[in-house]
Amino acid sequence: MSIVTAVPPPETPGAEVEIRIGPARPMPGPMRFLGRALRTLWSNRKARIGLVILALFIFMAAFAPLIAPHSPTATTFEPYQNPSATNWFGTTGSGQDVFSQMIFGARISLLVGIAAGAMATLLAVTIGLIAGYRPGVIDEGLSFVTNLALVIPGLPLMFILAAYLQSRSVWTIVLVVAFTSWATGARVIRSQASTLRTREFVTSAVFSGEGLFRVVFREILPNMTSLVAGSFFSAATAAVMAEASLEFLGLGDPNTVSWGTILYFAQQQNSLLTGQWVLVFAPGLALALLAMSFTLVNFGVDALSNPRLREK
Amino acid sequence: MRLRAMRYVARKVVLFLITLWAAITLNFILPRLMPGSPVDAALAKLASSGQPITNAERTAVEIQLGVPHTSLLTQYWDYWISIVHLNFGSSYSFPSETVAQTIGKAAPWTLALVGATTIIAFVIGTLLGVYAGWRRGKAADTSVTLGATFFAAFPPFWLGLLLLYVFAFKYGWFPIKGGYAPGETPNLSLSFLGDALYHSLIPALTLGITSLSGWVFGMRNNMINTLGEDYVTFAEANGLRTRTVALLYAARNALLPNVTAFGLSLGAIVGGSVLVEGVFSYPGLGNLLYIAVSNHDFPLMQALFLFITVSMLIAIFIVDLLYVRLDPRVRQ
Repeated sequence: MSIVTAVPPPETPGAEVEIRIGPARPMPGPMRFLGRALRTLWSNRKARIGLVILALFIFMAAFAPLIAPHSPTATTFEPYQNPSATNWFGTTGSGQDVFSQMIFGARISLLVGIAAGAMATLLAVTIGLIAGYRPGVIDEGLSFVTNLALVIPGLPLMFILAAYLQSRSVWTIVLVVAFTSWATGARVIRSQASTLRTREFVTSAVFSGEGLFRVVFREILPNMTSLVAGSFFSAATAAVMAEASLEFLGLGDPNTVSWGTILYFAQQQNSLLTGQWVLVFAPGLALALLAMSFTLVNFGVDALSNPRLREK
Repeated sequence: MRLRAMRYVARKVVLFLITLWAAITLNFILPRLMPGSPVDAALAKLASSGQPITNAERTAVEIQLGVPHTSLLTQYWDYWISIVHLNFGSSYSFPSETVAQTIGKAAPWTLALVGATTIIAFVIGTLLGVYAGWRRGKAADTSVTLGATFFAAFPPFWLGLLLLYVFAFKYGWFPIKGGYAPGETPNLSLSFLGDALYHSLIPALTLGITSLSGWVFGMRNNMINTLGEDYVTFAEANGLRTRTVALLYAARNALLPNVTAFGLSLGAIVGGSVLVEGVFSYPGLGNLLYIAVSNHDFPLMQALFLFITVSMLIAIFIVDLLYVRLDPRVRQ
């Protein structure tokens, strides 16, 4: 799903214009830049809700050992218990505390979401920029690959790749997800790069003797920060969902503690039919909230790249 | 005038054929790139299913997944021959029938389920998007957007599990699993179709709710962009009724990008339907892929992936052709 529209950003206030002036003025430091981006996002109501939810999950993941009342893997409790004062969400079939597993599970989902999102974005940016900047054979070739990757159903491909690969580690899932979800971003970035290519500041950079990589990554790329951020959050949302789906399908490592594996074991043990609906409800709701926070942040990012979408 | 439309169609046909070739070739390359030996794994599984492996079955598996000691070119040629003959060998999940038969039986179920859900989600989602875009910034817009964001975030299989729990298990209004009453044989009688519809309602609701939001967002954003155009302001200045401007001027033009997205979104829905069908044990392609992947049934998996990809390509191709009718700019 792409909520990003490929309208070239006119003079957008804030970070982007500042950087476009480029070498003439010193680039702002990365921290200052990040701070400004966050402030701009914060001014959007929907993005603000998303940032708050996301921050809560990051807090939960970072301080999981302090927040969780029990060890997520210790099998010391009575199995198949309903929620109680000691086990807020009940216990699994092997006697683990589900609430603690939920807290620790945030780590895997965030890790996969961010790592796969970053990797997919890196692929999308590289392919999109080069295709957009080099019309002709290179563009035709790269665009064809992008379109092919777009029309090939991602989730089935993901399942098949994961079934073939013998490794069950989280990083396999990250690679598989990144490999199958870069295309949407690449297409948006390509169309933007191809409109920027003919602008004066790029032409003057080329005439001043800057090399291909410098022009593409230092002149053109900073002008589409919002598109890059947008494709990161879309890919991260897809990655969180895909990771849970793969684990639910039994294609993950059953020994990791994650929301996906809680769902997997809940389904294996027919938790819904035995009345332990919390085992299904809690991890799914957490997944939905995390995915929703990414989408909400993306609304703010969309408004950055397309002023028409801004809240009045 | 006609020439331009002809050229557009010709370009789409050529592109379709190249993409089709690339997708089928990808299906050939994938198992050969994978670590370990999918062929040995497949043959071992086939042997352990109890039935003796005939030579023909061995060859069929090898053609799909990789033949040892033969040149890739020969393998590629044999692969194409077997595809043209729809010969995908046999699977160990369903040993009594060929893979092609298994897929043939499941395809109509998914076609009906996914097809109907997609169309309903497209219509409802687009209308909601038009409404939200038109009432932008108002309470109606906020509630539609936030609601759609919330539902879009649901993992489809999870929503399926919840609906299953509430409507089938707790209240017993709907059947727990399957696509038709157990003991029936699929036929085209009215009572059977009614029964199948009854069984498909909850899976369809699940897929519909989770795929609705894509249309809402797409349409809302297109509407907002279109509403900024001069001709909309002009229409308003002319004193046309609000509804006329919204539906006949803005929405019609905002719809075009969403139609292109229609083809692509099919992929997401088919993907989502894998786990949803798995949860409901619905007798379609998604459930079949679910079975194939969890059993590591490589021949069935490979053939299913090919089938799903090719059907998607055809769907997108048809949407591309419809575009000629929808967008007069292509025709002129």
